[in-house]
Amino acid sequence: MKEDMWKIMSMNYVGIDIGSTASKVVVRGKNDIRFVLPTGWSSKETTIKIKERLLEAGVDVASEDTRVVATGYGRVAVDFADKVITEITCHARGGRELAGGDCTIIDVGGQDTKVIQVNQGVVTDFLMNDKCSAGTGKFLEIMANRLGITLNELFELAKTGESIPISSLCTVFAESEIISYIGEGRAREDIAAGVIDSVVAKVAQLAQRQKSAEKIILTGGLSHSDYFASKLSEKMGKNVMPTELGRFAGALGAAYLAEEKRR
Amino acid sequence: MELIKDLPEVFEEFAEQRQNSFLNVKKLKEQGIPVVGVYCTYFPQEIAMAMGAATIGLCSTSDETIPDAEKDLPKNLCPLIKSSYGFAKTDKCPFFYFSDVVVGETTCDGKKKMYEYMAEFKPVHIMELPNSQSPEALELWKKEIIKFKEFLEEKFEVEITEEKIREAIKVNNNVRRSLKKFYKVMANDPVPMYGHNLFKVLYGSTFKFNRAAIPAEVDAVVEKIMAEYEVEKKIEKKPRILVTGCPIGGATEKVIRAIEDNGGVVVTYENCSGAKSIDQLVDEDNPDVYDALARRYLNIGCSVMTPNPNRLELLGRLIDEYKVDGVVEVVLQACHTYNVESFGIRRFVNEKKGIPYIAVETDYSQADIGQLNTRLTAFIEML
Repeated sequence: MKEDMWKIMSMNYVGIDIGSTASKVVVRGKNDIRFVLPTGWSSKETTIKIKERLLEAGVDVASEDTRVVATGYGRVAVDFADKVITEITCHARGGRELAGGDCTIIDVGGQDTKVIQVNQGVVTDFLMNDKCSAGTGKFLEIMANRLGITLNELFELAKTGESIPISSLCTVFAESEIISYIGEGRAREDIAAGVIDSVVAKVAQLAQRQKSAEKIILTGGLSHSDYFASKLSEKMGKNVMPTELGRFAGALGAAYLAEEKRR
Repeated sequence: MELIKDLPEVFEEFAEQRQNSFLNVKKLKEQGIPVVGVYCTYFPQEIAMAMGAATIGLCSTSDETIPDAEKDLPKNLCPLIKSSYGFAKTDKCPFFYFSDVVVGETTCDGKKKMYEYMAEFKPVHIMELPNSQSPEALELWKKEIIKFKEFLEEKFEVEITEEKIREAIKVNNNVRRSLKKFYKVMANDPVPMYGHNLFKVLYGSTFKFNRAAIPAEVDAVVEKIMAEYEVEKKIEKKPRILVTGCPIGGATEKVIRAIEDNGGVVVTYENCSGAKSIDQLVDEDNPDVYDALARRYLNIGCSVMTPNPNRLELLGRLIDEYKVDGVVEVVLQACHTYNVESFGIRRFVNEKKGIPYIAVETDYSQADIGQLNTRLTAFIEML
C-alpha cells in the first residue's frame, strides 16, 4: 500500500479527451491539473497545444513517469498517448468517480449523446444517438447562434420563457422552424425554452430505451446546468443529477485508466 | 485433395471468387448453360441445379448504383434493394446481364415491390414466400416450388426429373456439410483464423458454379487450417463475437473490420452469409422430394417470418457452441423486419443467454466508419 501511494505521488496520470467541440485534460498523481480548450478545426494542433500547456505546468508527456490515455473522437490524433480508449469506457470510469459508484451516465456531447450503464464498476450497456445532431450540444449551438446569443444566455433566457413547440427532428429543419418563429415576432425566451425542451425530449427518449440505475448523472458540456438537469428529470420522471465537473468525466476517466490499465 | 498454396492466398482467392466468376459466367453462356439469377436464401437452388443451370447471387453490395436507383425508388429504402435494382437497371452487373431469368421471392415489402419494376426490363419469376411457417404455409411453399420447376421446364424446354432433383439435393447437402465443418473450426479458442477470412470463404463459395467441386476444396482448406493450428496458435485469445442480422458483404464488411481491427474476433455468422443458409440439410430420405425442399427452405429463420422462433433457436445454439462473448447485430438502414426484431433479439441475448448485445444500423456508404469504430471498440472494451 505504502509503495503504491509513493508510486502514485511520483507519477503523472494524464487523461486527454478530444471532443468535437472542446478538449478536456485532467492530470492526477504528482500534479493535479485540469483545463479545457476549444478543439478548433484540427485535433492535431489542439494536441500540440495541450502538450505545451502541460509542459508549462511541469508535466512532460514524454517522460518515463508520465502515462497518457487519450479518448474522444480525436483520440487517434494524440500521437504521444500510451493508450487509446473509447469515450464510452472513459466516461463510465470518470462518471463512477463523480457519482461515487454505480450509475447511469447521460452524456450530452457536442456531436453525440450517450447513455452508459455502469454496474459493479464496469460498463454493462450503452446507447448512442445515430448520425444525427438532434439532441446534442451542436443543436443548441446552432440555435443559440441563430438567436444571436451565447449558450449560457440561451439557458438564462429559457428559464423565463414559455416553451413553444419545435417539432422538427432534423437540426436544419428545426432551424427553419425557429426562423419562422422569429419572423412571427415570438419572444426570444419562448423560443429558447422550446429549443431546450426539444433537446431534453430527444435525450430523454434515448435514455428511456434502457433501464436506468438508481443514480443518474449528467456529464458533458451541459452537465453543470441545473436548469437542463431539472428539465430532463421532469421529462424522465427520475432524478437526473447535474455534476460540477461533468464535462471532465471522459478526461478524468482516462486519467484513472492511465493508472489502472498499465501493462 | 492437398493444398499447395498458403492460407492467406487461399482466402484471397475465395474473396476474389465473385470477381472471377464475372468471366466464368460468360464462358457458361457460350457453352449454352442457362443462368438463373437469385436474390435470397429462400431460393430452392436444387431445382435449378437439377436442370443443369448455374445459379448466381445478385444481391449487390456497393453503393455505386444507388443514385441511379433513387431515380425510381425512395431514398429511405434498404441499400441492398436500392443497389440491386440500380445494378440491374444500369446493366452494370455482369451476373444480372447474363441471367436468363431472375427469381425473386415475396420476402420483405421493399424487395417484392422493387421486383415489380425490375420485371419491366428483365424476365422475373416471383415465388410467393409465405410469412409464417404454419402447415398451410408449407403447403403453399411446396406448390410454389413445383410451379417454379414447371416454369423452368417450359421456359427452357427441358424436363426436370425427381431423380435429378435428388442428385442435386445430395450435392448441395455435401456442400453444406463441408461448409459446416469449415466454420466449426472457429469453435476453437483461441481461433485458428480471423472471422474476416471465415467470411471470405463462406461468401466466395456461393459464387462457385461447380457446386460438386466445393466439398473437396473446402475440406482441404479445413485440413490445412487445423494442421497449422496444431503447430502454432497464431492468434491470441480475444473477445468472441457473433454477427447476426441483415445480409452483409462488400461495403458492409466494414463491420467485420471494425470488430477485428479493434480487438475482437468474429467466431460465427448467424445471418444469411453464414449459418442461416447452411445449418439445415434437406431430408434425403423424404419420399416426397418437393415436401423435403419446402420444409428445409421455409424453416429458415429470417425476420420476414412471423413469429420467427427458428432464428432464436439457431442463435442460442451458436452462442453456446462458439462460446460467444457478445452479439453484434447489423441492421441495414430502413430494414424494418430486422430493425423491429432487434428489440426481441436484445432481450433474448441479454436475458436468456446472459451476454451483451449491440445493434448497429448502417448502409453501403463508408461515411459512418468512425462511428462504427467507436461503438464497436467500446462494445469490445466492455466484454
